[in-house]
Amino acid sequence: MIATQNLTFAYASDKQFHFPNFSCADRETMLILGKSGNGKTTFLHLMALLLKPTGGKIQINNQEISQFSVSQAADFRAKNVGIIYQKPHFVHSLSVMDNLLLTNYLAGKNQAKKTAQHLAESLGFAEHLSKKTTQLSQGEQQRVSIARALMNNPSVILADEPTSSLDDDNCIKVIELLQKQIQEIGASLVVVTHDQRLKDVFSSCCML
Amino acid sequence: MNLLKISTSNLKDKPLTSFLSILLMALGIAIISLLLLAGKQIEEKFTRNVAGIDMVVGAKGSPLQLILSSIYQIDAPTGNISMDEANRLTRSPLVKSVIPLSMGDSYQGYRIVGSNQKYLDHFQAEFEQGKVFGEAMEIVAGAKVAKNLGFKIGDTFASQHGFNKEGHAHDAKKFKVVGILKTTNSVLDQVMITPLESVWAVHEDHAVEEEGKGANALKLLEENNDTEPNSIHPTEDSKEITSMLVKFRNPAMGMMMARSINLNSTLQTATPAIEINRLFALMGFGIEALQWIALVIIIVSGLSVFVSLYNSLKERKYEMALMLSMGASRTKLFLLLLLEGLIISIIGFIIGIILSRVGLWLMSENVEQNFHYDFNVLSLLKEEFWLFLGALFIGLLAAAIPSLSIYNINISKTLADE
Repeated sequence: MIATQNLTFAYASDKQFHFPNFSCADRETMLILGKSGNGKTTFLHLMALLLKPTGGKIQINNQEISQFSVSQAADFRAKNVGIIYQKPHFVHSLSVMDNLLLTNYLAGKNQAKKTAQHLAESLGFAEHLSKKTTQLSQGEQQRVSIARALMNNPSVILADEPTSSLDDDNCIKVIELLQKQIQEIGASLVVVTHDQRLKDVFSSCCML
Repeated sequence: MNLLKISTSNLKDKPLTSFLSILLMALGIAIISLLLLAGKQIEEKFTRNVAGIDMVVGAKGSPLQLILSSIYQIDAPTGNISMDEANRLTRSPLVKSVIPLSMGDSYQGYRIVGSNQKYLDHFQAEFEQGKVFGEAMEIVAGAKVAKNLGFKIGDTFASQHGFNKEGHAHDAKKFKVVGILKTTNSVLDQVMITPLESVWAVHEDHAVEEEGKGANALKLLEENNDTEPNSIHPTEDSKEITSMLVKFRNPAMGMMMARSINLNSTLQTATPAIEINRLFALMGFGIEALQWIALVIIIVSGLSVFVSLYNSLKERKYEMALMLSMGASRTKLFLLLLLEGLIISIIGFIIGIILSRVGLWLMSENVEQNFHYDFNVLSLLKEEFWLFLGALFIGLLAAAIPSLSIYNINISKTLADE
């Protein structure tokens, strides 16, 4: 689960963000809708501990994490948070499989080839595992980045505009895949987007 | 999946850039290592052959030439001296021993040296087959000569005048191989040794022949170096040799004797140690210049690593932020990039060492054909260990400077910007 309370952040003193409180239990999904420039990515980065909030609280699995040091945060994030970025980025020189295993390696976990294989099959890119990521289509790359977010069985999945570059069919498919995966591993899913198409798919929604 | 795999993948991902860096490193290492190897081997050969000889006496001319021709058998002799005059020196109480040498002929490019048993003893020669020469026209072949020309005991051949294969043959008198020496790793391996009398005998006939043909003056003049054309049956007095290797009882006193010979006779003396130092000093300029060039190449290799990492880091900034967000520490990524420089250094070093060996082998083949001097190729030098550390240091330094920017990446900003 993940919950935030009175979260604030400021890049400069004149640009203060106040974020809404929300809570999302295991196996549940939360949609955070907002126009660009409203601090969507900032909110996501705060939850991912990539930024340190100026005030407020964040709990993941009932653990208060907002005051973690940099190295504590890195360790906690690697083990408990899976992030799907707006544009799928990878380590360019590595194959799809190695990009997935890299997640395990950097989190200090055993490299689970079987998990990678299983995810690739259920997300439909098993035949591309030995290719370089640049050889894959945009949609395929997005699915690989979903698999990557799932590699360490995280408690929370944070997705930043996961569907903005996809057409309607793929958009629904990706969300269904995500929802199915979090049911399997028992994680919470938080999607931050401006994509209005997703409004109908998610049960809980909060506006920025 | 580990750091090594990621860094090798990164290097393979930019094959041309990596190739260039490795090539530059390898070239620099190869040149320095080749210079070290060749210098070492030349010095070894030169000092081994010079051991036990305090002075060389020969005709006036270049002292370096006298040393090169008499001790190393690699330059033309300075001319001849009278046996009589030379013998007078040996009576001096300062002189411990002398070895007379008479050069001028060859067979298939290998020199024939007229001397005596002492010359063989000087190099502690042992016989592989056969025995030492007993009389004129018997000849003992050095190990390398025997091997390359396929000599067996009892083989006969006619020598040629001069040191190249085109020299005209002394057909009338044939040499007979009576002994083959074991390898001594000295100049002895590259020559054939015969009694002084053989050289005289060959050139007696030769002189008559030349006169009979009415050879032109120039040719006659050249022959003058070897024998007196007019004396068909030379007496002991008129016999000539090319040079004499002298060992003193007391080298310091010997130096004084050398000075008086140079002043008061038609002879010239040369001290091997001095001349060889002079030779090394002359070569030193070239070697030093090459070493600087090699050093510059290695530094350029370091620069190439630096530039390629610097450029690729700009492209890979997002990748780095991504790995940081996935739990990698900055130090880990710094090590990852250092590893890339290190791998280039190590591969470059290994290729460089292999190249230097191939280079030395080629050089040795060439030198052997021209001078009958060979190099031993496969030794690894302890200087090369320092060279290895130097290569690692340059690789690390070149990788470290651009990689420090890892510590300045703003993860959130980098991830949000793209």
